[in-house]
Amino acid sequence: MIDLLDKFDAIAGERQAYLDAGGRDPVGVVMSKVLSPTRAIINGRETILMGTYNYMGMTFDPDVIAASEAAVRDFGAGTTGSRSLNGTYTSHRECENALRDFYGTKHAMVFSTGYQANLGVVSTLAGRGDYVILDADSHASIYDGCAMGNADIVRFRHNSVEDLDKRLGRLPPEAGKLVILEGVYSMLGDIAPLAEMVAVAKRHGAMILVDEAHAMGFFGDHGRGVTEAAGVEADVDFIIGTFSKSVGTVGGFCVSNHPKFEALRLVCRPYVFTASLPPSVVASSAVSIRKLMHDTAKRARLWDSTRAMHAGLKARGFTLGTTTAESAIIAVIMPDQMTTLAMWQALLEHGVYVNFARPPATPTGTYLLRCSLCAEHTPEQIAEILAQFDAAATAVGLRLPAAA
Amino acid sequence: MPARETIYARIVDLIGPLNKKAVPLTEDTSFSNDLEMDSLTVMDLVANIEDEWDIVLPLNMLPELETIGQVADAVAKLAK
Repeated sequence: MIDLLDKFDAIAGERQAYLDAGGRDPVGVVMSKVLSPTRAIINGRETILMGTYNYMGMTFDPDVIAASEAAVRDFGAGTTGSRSLNGTYTSHRECENALRDFYGTKHAMVFSTGYQANLGVVSTLAGRGDYVILDADSHASIYDGCAMGNADIVRFRHNSVEDLDKRLGRLPPEAGKLVILEGVYSMLGDIAPLAEMVAVAKRHGAMILVDEAHAMGFFGDHGRGVTEAAGVEADVDFIIGTFSKSVGTVGGFCVSNHPKFEALRLVCRPYVFTASLPPSVVASSAVSIRKLMHDTAKRARLWDSTRAMHAGLKARGFTLGTTTAESAIIAVIMPDQMTTLAMWQALLEHGVYVNFARPPATPTGTYLLRCSLCAEHTPEQIAEILAQFDAAATAVGLRLPAAA
Repeated sequence: MPARETIYARIVDLIGPLNKKAVPLTEDTSFSNDLEMDSLTVMDLVANIEDEWDIVLPLNMLPELETIGQVADAVAKLAK
């Protein structure tokens, strides 16, 4: 008998060798207690969290927690069914109403995760004979949505307006086209030149979907994302987002003004064939979304912290994914996998948790420590994290070039 | 329309910089087994091939193009 798991021996062996040499597992971090949006107990030690997506710190918001408690008491722990059957409660409708109000759109559709939102919308919108044109650095859920659908998939070079234009120009004029962009790219924390890209896509007659997972709450006057900040909301056909980042819960969604949008509820398989979110999650998400609409103070604090962190790391000579602070994600580029792991572990041992990221999540040959800022980080925490980056670099022998 | 042998020769040129292990390149050389290219490197190569002949080589067509010869055949069909 052929053992179907044999093909994973190489990657499993690499991991085991690292663990045998005393390394900690970067995908095996356990938080035994979460003290706040920015602090948790890891390995028995109080640790500053700099690797969550809790950008707006909503996980411990008292109103969000109260809504969740009330919903679990009144509606139970789960729905046990799909939205299409027994899985739609008033709280699901309230959550979609909150999204409509937040984005100012006519339609909103909630999925059980952001991954499923992309999987469902991408695979359902573009069918046989259509084209999906996506950025090379698109999230795995977008690629997986492409793989699940029947459209032809064309990739353009990351954030290249010229490359997008060229590739759209090669497609048959009469074919259906969906251009997929992301507001903020999660690995390097860079943002898309949406104004230029949307203009190019429109010129070629394409529909446009923007994934704002890492931008919701933070960008634009109302926190709607890079689409709002770039002033192109009227030209974007679909926005995809998630509750697991700024909203602070779990779930995904798509909003749109398209008059035929509601048909997706009948034909989108990751919506139809999965259980809906528990009432506690949608109820707390609805409250969180409505609070995010007006929380300009939090947005300002998050920008301050992000700029301070970026400037601090740059001043110490670290190589960063972007030359300026473009989003709440700051990627610290490392020379190789072993140095990245050593730095990651040294930071954790000294009470700072960041993300270890490697290919295929990152572009080829890129290893990085990814920092994600939260509106609740204090200036003292930022200073402590910067000090620990210094100490970790010294401990692992990372030679930093002259400070920029 | 460029000749099939011209296309094959140019594809070999394009693979050159990505052939880190200096594997001998033939019609039957496999991208995944012989060249051990990861998916992102393959996508870079695809973009270069598209630009070279001004064609569209959709990603979903790639699983059927395992060897250099198969890619040359596909490009020969698509190139004007």
